[in-house]
Parts: sequence; structure tokens; C-alpha cells
Amino acid sequence: MKEQLKIDFNKIQEVSNFSNRDIEIKKSYLNKFIENGFPNRKQENWKFLDINQIISNNISDLSFYNDYSIENKIDPSIFIDDLEHNKIIFINGRVEKIDFSYEDKKQIEIIEDSYTTDKSENNNSLIDLNIALSNKHFKILIKKDYSLKKPLIIYHLSNEKMKSKNINLRLDFELEQNSSLKLIDFFSDDSEKNFMNIFYNFNLDKDAILKNYKIDKSLNKNLKYSFNNIDQKQNSISETFVFSAGSDYFKNEINCNLKGEYSSAFINGIFSLDDNKQHEIRTTINHLVKNTKSYQLIKSVLGKNTKSAYQGRIYVDSKAQKTDGYQLSKAILLDETSEFNAKPELEIYADDVKCSHGSASGSLDDNSIFYLMSRGLNYKQAKGLLINGFLLDVIEKITDAEIKDLLKKMIGFKK
Amino acid sequence: MDTREKDIENLKDYKYGFTTDIENIKAPKGLNENVIKFISNIKKEPKWMLDFRLKAFERFKLLKEPDWQKPKYPKIDYQDLYYYSAPKSMKDKPKSLDELDPKLLETYNKLGIPLQEQARLNGIAVDAVFDSVSVATTFKGELTKHGIIFCSMSEAIQKHPDLVKKYLGTVIPTTDHFFATLNSAVFTDGSFVYIPEGVKCPMELSTYFRINASETGQFERTLIIADKGSYVSYLEGCTAPMRDENQLHAANVELIALDDAEIKYSTVQNWYPGDENGKGGIYNFVTKRGLCKGKNSKISWTQVETGSAITWKYPSCILKGENSIGEFYSIAITNNHQKADTGTKMIHLGKNTKSKIISKGISAGFSDMTYRGLVDINSKAKNSSNYTQCDSLLMGNKCGAHTVPYIKNKNFDSNVAHEATTSKISEEQLHYCQQRGLNPEEAVGLIVNGFCKEVLQQLPMEFAVEAQKLVGISLEGSVG
Repeated sequence: MKEQLKIDFNKIQEVSNFSNRDIEIKKSYLNKFIENGFPNRKQENWKFLDINQIISNNISDLSFYNDYSIENKIDPSIFIDDLEHNKIIFINGRVEKIDFSYEDKKQIEIIEDSYTTDKSENNNSLIDLNIALSNKHFKILIKKDYSLKKPLIIYHLSNEKMKSKNINLRLDFELEQNSSLKLIDFFSDDSEKNFMNIFYNFNLDKDAILKNYKIDKSLNKNLKYSFNNIDQKQNSISETFVFSAGSDYFKNEINCNLKGEYSSAFINGIFSLDDNKQHEIRTTINHLVKNTKSYQLIKSVLGKNTKSAYQGRIYVDSKAQKTDGYQLSKAILLDETSEFNAKPELEIYADDVKCSHGSASGSLDDNSIFYLMSRGLNYKQAKGLLINGFLLDVIEKITDAEIKDLLKKMIGFKK
Repeated sequence: MDTREKDIENLKDYKYGFTTDIENIKAPKGLNENVIKFISNIKKEPKWMLDFRLKAFERFKLLKEPDWQKPKYPKIDYQDLYYYSAPKSMKDKPKSLDELDPKLLETYNKLGIPLQEQARLNGIAVDAVFDSVSVATTFKGELTKHGIIFCSMSEAIQKHPDLVKKYLGTVIPTTDHFFATLNSAVFTDGSFVYIPEGVKCPMELSTYFRINASETGQFERTLIIADKGSYVSYLEGCTAPMRDENQLHAANVELIALDDAEIKYSTVQNWYPGDENGKGGIYNFVTKRGLCKGKNSKISWTQVETGSAITWKYPSCILKGENSIGEFYSIAITNNHQKADTGTKMIHLGKNTKSKIISKGISAGFSDMTYRGLVDINSKAKNSSNYTQCDSLLMGNKCGAHTVPYIKNKNFDSNVAHEATTSKISEEQLHYCQQRGLNPEEAVGLIVNGFCKEVLQQLPMEFAVEAQKLVGISLEGSVG
């Protein structure tokens, strides 16, 4: 793999026009990645699902170079019709279209910036890989006091041309004071056996609001990793929702740094898995100053041969008095072969805080099934109703009514 | 002065901090095969025991000291320790208490553990371990009547080799982790308990551990076997002198419960915690593990951890037998610069197994406290359930409280529930108590005791009173 990496790295540098300085930076990240390799179960964060093993089991001859010179055809049938929206379209990792037609062009800046650093300071070799190999790096700046009129949907599409590839995407978002953005990540794949590595960096200034919805619904055999780093200043709000279902492997990491007073972070997630899927959500909320809040709710419904893992960490600095931190994860195991793992972690250095976490897992409640069946539903209907009720709880947390409706329809709660 | 204040006055300083001036026999300093042979030789052990030790030592050489734990400590030089230290008078084991060195008797009297049977509280048999050897075991006669074996580990190796051979190392194998393997190589003494089939042990059994000599590590090994349908309640207490150096205590405790047997294991750990600047104190790195081997068996751990500079232990249950039950009740209190990383592991292997974890952590001063636990439900453990509750209380903003639970559920018939909260004592509660005439310290004492009640209730009577006092005293000076 090492040789392959070096060859592919050079190929990428040849076709891109990075400055020498950038190439040097990228090289150092590449070397760091080569030294550490893909993370494995020996690392605490990868204890439950070992990406190194999963990649080597699923993808033979992983290659890191993609030819971005050819344009891909966009199939408009994939677009979400029910909602007017701005678009960014990625096909096989190539940016095909950036469309902010609903917005005031003066208020949004799209900077094609190759400036490469890792501000998250995460000891994460996948981020190293991302920085080393991502070919383009966009930064989207939303100016002061501007709220996007329509949501932005980022389509992550792939077609059958791509196989055994590694794709690295990087986007930065800068939300200036009192601005707001609704962002939907929509995944749809026609390819299989690829490893996609997505890294978003959000910077929220005072009073900014970010709502990010990640929807991985369509069934596919790709492996995905997504890392969101969110830095929040005073009074800012971030809301992240993850619907994790379609891919063979998907790990979502969300890292929130609450750096300003009265900032808050909400993370809600659903795992709805079947047929050998292995998904994970890992969150880290760093409460660094006074009066910050975080809420997390993660629910899993697990079918045959599936595995879900939730690792949630709440860190409260000694300066962060009056912190509220809540965390709840629940799972329903439907089959003997399903498995749920959780590690809800609290690390607290301040005394005037309210923090709690809870975790529960088990099978569907027999009494409830009996109750519904005695009212005339058959077993399948009763089961479906209970599962929907269980998951709806999470969907109801979504604060944007329009998007909530869209999601309900998409997931099948509403016709 | 009321009694509580008197207690506090007495205990303001660590009252168990004295040393006994006694002549010792020590093994040569350092860790090597010769030292292990020395230990084995002085204890007149059979060859299989020496082989067991050497095998563990071979393995130990391959292992690395773990470093994933929260409390970090300066590197221990394992070659700079004495692995065996015993009072000289113990070389030829005295036949009765009359022959025992009066200095030893006095030490235990001072600790509040008189070894003379007539002076004892009725109903508790004691095995007293002083540095590396067991000095006396009380109430032997009474216990023998019931067929119960309660003696020091060394004696058990001599007199009951079949039992020891059969069970030693079956719960904590010599290939386990760093400290457990070290213990398997160099363990010196400890208690051995065997409760025969159908016997309900008529009294509480207990061991009192005392570290006296300096620059020594204490490595005891305790093995408790409850045969079919038997019951035993076992208590453990610990103290050490005040010294500026850190001393290592790495014990292994193995419990085995066969069909329908029940073992209740309670610990009140009050090793010297170091002074208020964090100097000195015991490193308490203990491996405790119970195996519910038979059907319907039950193992229950209760611990009150108030001492030690660093506590690092996870009393665990392996629930192998069908319908077996594992319980873990813990209060851990850290003050000044103490650190604790403690919790439990519940490994569900058999059908219909149940476990319950109640953990209460209190941190004050500059201390750091971590609950770390694992609940692992195997795919074969149908219809199992676990309930976990861990609450932490923080006093001041210089201390930390952390919760790191691992939950693995591989069985869809099983239920796992986990709850944790972290908070401080609320102003309302304090106000309410003070309004009723309690001073702030009393109020905190009352609230903390209420916080810990679920665990304190699990302790045997005599211990509960002691522990309740200890809880109040450990937090002395942390209010305000």
C-alpha cells in the first residue's frame, strides 16, 4: 500500500496546481499517514469497528488516484424535488456543479483555496490522509447577518465507473456573525467497494446557526467516513442530524468545540441497519467556557448481522461552570446476530454542572406487541409501528419544519 | 465534643500511619528468578508451585506496563523493590497466638483488630497479613467443625495442594495482564477459603492487610472457593504507615462459586493516601475477579475505597453458569491529590444471567476519579439483563469526575440499561439542612451519606458503621 500511496500522491500533484509550499505540507501529512496507516482496534476510538480490517476485507487493491479530467453526466432524477434548494454536486469525488441560484451572490463567497492545515488537532490518520490527497479544497463563506434563503444540498454521488478507489473530500464553512446555513448531505451511490473520506470544517462566529443533516439512505456497498469539526463562538447553535442506513460501513465523527458562552450543540442520530452493515457515530463535545449546552440522542434499530456503535464523549473544562450536557443512546436488537456497542463517556473537571448519560438496549417489548396484536394488527405491522414510534422520537428533534417533513417522507414515516 | 467530632479529632491525621519496629527477613532487592526461588524456598513450596511462578515470570518478561489508565504515575522501578519481607519471628510459624511476637499482637490491637479470640467481636474470623506473611488466623477451631478451610495461602499450598492446584489461576490466568502476572510470579501470602458443599459459613471471614516494611511491594493472593450450595461473606481491610515514598500493592483475588453458591466480598480500603500535597501513599493496583461457574451462583462485590494515592482496580464477575448473578456496589472517595480509576466488568456468558452495578464516586480537593466499566453480553447469554447506575459528586472545581462505561450487547433477548449523572451538592439541599440547625460540614456529611446509602446498606453491620464514619472523615476539610 505504501508504494501505491506514493505513486498516486505524485500523480495527483502532477495534475493539480498546488504551490510548492502546499505540496510540502501535503507530503508531511502523507508521511504521517504512511507511518500510522489506517486506524485499527488498538486505538481507543476504533475499538468497536476496526476500519483497517474492514477496508482490507472489503477492498482489494485500494488505489488513491482518481482522474478528474473527464466530466460526469448529472442525472437530474436524483435531485430532491420537494424542496427548492441550492446545490453542490460531487460525482466520484469530482465537483460537477456549484449552484447558489436562490441566494444573493454578494453574501456568499466561494473560495477555491488550497491552504491546507488541520485545525482540529486530532490525532486521526484519516484526516492526515484527507489533507494529503484531497485535490481541491473549497471554502464557503457566508457573510455577516445573511441567512440562506434555501437549504444547501450537497449531493455525494458516484457511478459504476469507480471501483476500489479512495476519495478524499474537504469543505470548509465560515459562518460570519449572525448568519445561518441549513446544509443537507445526501448520499447516493451506484458504485461499490470504495472508501470515501469526507472532512468538513465549520467555523461559527457569534450568533451563527448551523443545521447539518446527513442522509445515507440508499443501499450501497461503499465504506464511508465523515468527520465534522465545528468551532462555535458566543451564542452560536449547531444542530447535526445523522440518518445512517445505506452504506456497508459508515462512521460519522462530530467534534464540537463550544468556545463561546451560551453556545449550544445538538446531535441526533438514527441507525437503521440491516444485512451485514456496520455503522458508528462518535461524538466529542468540548465544553470549554461557562454556560454552554449540549444534547445528544442516538437510536438504533438493528437487523440481521449488523453492528452499531455509539461513542459519545462530553468533556467539561474546569472553567466551564454551569454546563448542561445530556446524552442518551437506545437500541433495539431485532435479530440474534445483531450487536450494539456503546461508550458514553463523561470527563468532568467543573463542579457546578449537570451532566448525565443513559444507554439502554434490548429487544422489542413483548407486551407492546401483544397489545397491538390484540387490537387487530398482525405481527409485522405491530413491529413496524413500534419501530417507527421509537425512531420518530429522534426525527421530531429536527427544528426545521420543512426539512423534518422531507426527512419523514424520505425515510417513510409520511406519505 | 460529640462523638463525631472526637472521631474527626482522632483521625485528622491518618491514625494508622505508625510503623512497627520489628526485625525483618527480606528477599534480596530486585526481581529475578533467584528472588522467586527465594520466596518459594522460604515458604517451603512444592515444585509445581515454583513452576507456576516461573512460568508467570517468563510471561511477565514479555509484557509491557499498561498506560491507558487515567491516573498517571512516575515509572516504577521493579528492580528497586523488595518482593518479600516478613517479621523474623515468623520464620518458623508460631503454633499459637501465645508464641506470636507481642509486637505484632500490639500492632493489630492498635489497628483495632485484636487477634485474641476472646477480645474479638463475636462472629468474625480474621486472617491477619503483615507485609508478606499471614501472622495469625483466628477462630480456626470453630470453622473446622463445619469443614470450612480458612487459612493463609502458604498453609493451603502445604495442606490442601489438590484444591489450590485445581483452582489457582483458573479465574486470573498467569497470562493475564501486567500486574496480575507479576503477582502470579511473586505473590507472598493471602487468604485461602474453602466452603464445603451445602455449608453456610456461620461467621464473617475477614483478612486484614498491613504494609509495614518500607521499599516493599505487597503481593497477596486470595482464593475463595464456595462449593455447591454454600454461602460465605468475606471482608477485607487494609492500612499502611505514612511514608514519603509510594508503595506498590498488587494483589490478585480469585473467587469461584459453584452451583447454587453465593460469595459476598466486601472491602474497606483505607491504605495511606499520601499527605495533602500528594506525597507518598500506596499504589493500589489490584486484580479482583469472580467466576460464577455453577448454575444459580452469585457473587457480590462491595467496596468502599477511601485510601491509596492511586486506586486502579475493577472487581469483575464472569457469569458463566445459567441464572448466575453478579453484583457490584462501590463507593470511591478521593480527596487532596488522590486518584482513582475503578469500576467493574460484568461478562455475561450463560443464559438468564443478571448483573447490577451501583457506583458512587465523590471527588474533592485536587483529586481525580474515574468510573470505568464493561458490560459484555455474549451472543449465547440469552435473556440476560444488566442495570448500571453510576453517580458522581464533585466538590470544588479543582477536581475531576469521569465516567467511561463500555457496553457491548450481542444478544437481542437481553436488556442493558445504563444511567449516569454528575452533579454537585445542591444549594437547596445544603440550605435545608443548615436551616434545620446542622453546620455546613455536618450537612455535607449527611447528604453524602444519603448519596452513598445504596452501597453502605450492602456492607455487613460492623463494617457499615466504620465505613460511614470513614466517608465523613475522608471528606474533612473539603467543604467551603
